[in-house]
Amino acid sequence: MRRHRAAYCAPHFLEFFEAQVHRAITTQRMFRPGERILVAVSGGKDSLALWEILLRRGDDATGLHVDLGIGGYSQESRARTEEFARARGARLLVADLRAEYGMDIGTLAKASGRNSCSACGLSKRYLFNKLARDGGFTAVVTGHNLDDEAAVLLGNLLHWNMDQLARQAPVLEQTHPHLVRRVKPLYRTSERESAAYALLRGIDYVIEECPHSRGARSLLHKEVLNSLEAASAGTKQAFYWGFLDRLAPVLRAGGPPVLHPCRQCDQPTTEEVCAFCRMTARAAARQSAGASSHP
Amino acid sequence: MKIRLHHPRRDLEIVGRGRVSQILAELGLDPEAHLVIRGDTLLTSDSEVDEADEIEIRPVISGGTTDGAPCAV
Repeated sequence: MRRHRAAYCAPHFLEFFEAQVHRAITTQRMFRPGERILVAVSGGKDSLALWEILLRRGDDATGLHVDLGIGGYSQESRARTEEFARARGARLLVADLRAEYGMDIGTLAKASGRNSCSACGLSKRYLFNKLARDGGFTAVVTGHNLDDEAAVLLGNLLHWNMDQLARQAPVLEQTHPHLVRRVKPLYRTSERESAAYALLRGIDYVIEECPHSRGARSLLHKEVLNSLEAASAGTKQAFYWGFLDRLAPVLRAGGPPVLHPCRQCDQPTTEEVCAFCRMTARAAARQSAGASSHP
Repeated sequence: MKIRLHHPRRDLEIVGRGRVSQILAELGLDPEAHLVIRGDTLLTSDSEVDEADEIEIRPVISGGTTDGAPCAV
C-alpha cells in the first residue's frame, strides 16, 4: 500500500492504519478513560473500519445506524451494519427515520424544499446528538476521513463559509450541556486507506454509493484534490493539517456560537426552534396541504 | 483479463497482460480513487495482471452533500 513517502506490506499497513487512529485519539484527547462512546455507522468502509479499530482497542463503543429509507441502498447498508455487529457481539442501536418521523429522506427532502443531501446531513447530525444524549453517551464518533475533511475545507474556502470554517475540527467540544462532543478519529487517514483496511480485515461493507450523492459538489472537490495529490503527493494532508495548525486556531478565537435549547425538542440550537424541527414541521405541513388538496 | 467495475456495476474484458497502473490509465481511472483487487489480494500499482486473471476495480470515493458536509456516516 503506497503512501506519501512510504509503502507498506499488508500486515504493516494494518499496523500503520490502526496506529494513525490511535494517534488521532490520543493527541487530540478524543476520549476520556472508560467513556461510553456512540459510533455512527453507515455500513460503508470508513465507519465500519473505525468501529472495528475501536472494538479492537477495547473501547466501550456502541454503534448507531440511521435507516434513512433510501430503497435498496438503505436496506443493504442496514444489513451490513447489523451483520458486522452480530459477528463481533457489539451493541448496535438502529434509528428508523420512517418509524420515528413518518418520512424517509426522499419524502422529507421533497416536502421540506431541501435537497436530499442537506436533509440527510441535518437529520443525521440531529439524531446523533439526540440519541447520544438520550442514551447517556458522552461522545459521538464519526468516520469522516482526511479526504472528507479536505473536501469540506476546500468547499468552505471556495465559498468563504466563515462560520463553518471556524467549526471544522477533528474534535468538536461540548459547548452546551445539551451538545454531545463529536470526534473524527479518521482525520489523519485517506479514504483509500480506509477501503484498504476494510478489505484486508475482511470487513463486508457497502461499495455502492448513495443514489442521492451523484453529482454532489463534494465529489467534485474530492476529484480536484485527488488530481492535485497525483501531481504532488501529500497535498491533501498538507492542506488539511496546515489549516488545523495555522488557520483554525485564529478562527476559533472568536469563541463558539451561543446555543440554547430548542423550544420544541430541547436540542441545542442557535435559533429559537432548531433546523430539524423547522424542516419536519414544514414537511408535515406541506404533506397535509397536499393530501387535503387531492382527496 | 476480466474486470469488474462499480458505479455502475459492469464487467469488461481487456486482451493481454499489463501492470495495474497501465490498466487504470487505459480505463481513465484515478489511482488515488480506486483499489485493484485479485481474489482476496490487494494489488499495488506495479503488480502485473495476466490475461487469465479476473480483477475488481473498486472505487473508494464516497459521500457527497451539497451543503458541504460529507456523508461518511
